[in-house]
Amino acid sequence: MEYLRNEMKMEFLALSSNEGFARVAVGAFVAELNPTVDELADIKTAVSEAVTNCIIHGYEQKEGSIWIHCLIEGRQVEISVVDTGKGIRDVAQAREPLFTTKPELERSGMGFAFMEAFMDEVEVVSEPGKGTGVTMRKIIGEG
Amino acid sequence: MEHIYEKEYGCLILKMPAELDHHEAEFLKEEADQLLLKYPVRSLVFDFADTCFMDSSGIGVIIGRCKNVRFSGGYVKAIHLNDQIQRIFQLSGLKKILEVE
Repeated sequence: MEYLRNEMKMEFLALSSNEGFARVAVGAFVAELNPTVDELADIKTAVSEAVTNCIIHGYEQKEGSIWIHCLIEGRQVEISVVDTGKGIRDVAQAREPLFTTKPELERSGMGFAFMEAFMDEVEVVSEPGKGTGVTMRKIIGEG
Repeated sequence: MEHIYEKEYGCLILKMPAELDHHEAEFLKEEADQLLLKYPVRSLVFDFADTCFMDSSGIGVIIGRCKNVRFSGGYVKAIHLNDQIQRIFQLSGLKKILEVE
């Protein structure tokens, strides 16, 4: 297979109605790597988790923008989801399964756990008051 | 989406949306809670027949309604899960919380 290199950037408002749009757009972009049905579902779920976090936690359901940057290099896809919202004080704690700051909204605390389960690597960079960036990588076609 | 209440059995069947994410979860919670207030529910069924996608936002909705119904001695199960949703149930531990058919 020829070595692929492709890149895509998008920006959209932090509205819950855009969660579906974001995961479908990323899914469509990744399609040129011929992912399996499961791989595609993994990527869409991980994107959905990251974008939902921006909306609920980053911007606390108020106005804001979300940026997604996708990079395909060979068989690897790298997806970054960035907000300029309130940031995370303790990233390690936020990544713990079942930890949530919003139990009143019936959040399960499984967002980061799902991103980690469905992608090969997940990096989180955050600064309180500045925002959060989540970068996820996955090799497509590992079988 | 038409939810079904079978009066004879006190059974409420919640038809899950095509894509159960945070956006849809908010609507579903509201609809479900209205129905749970309106009817005496002895068994609650989450029907995923029309659902092709679910993320962690769906988990909270399900657990919340489960607690509600079980508190009054009711029974809960989930039916018609596709492979993606099966995996979400497995990973999140939902499979241990309610019966999956």
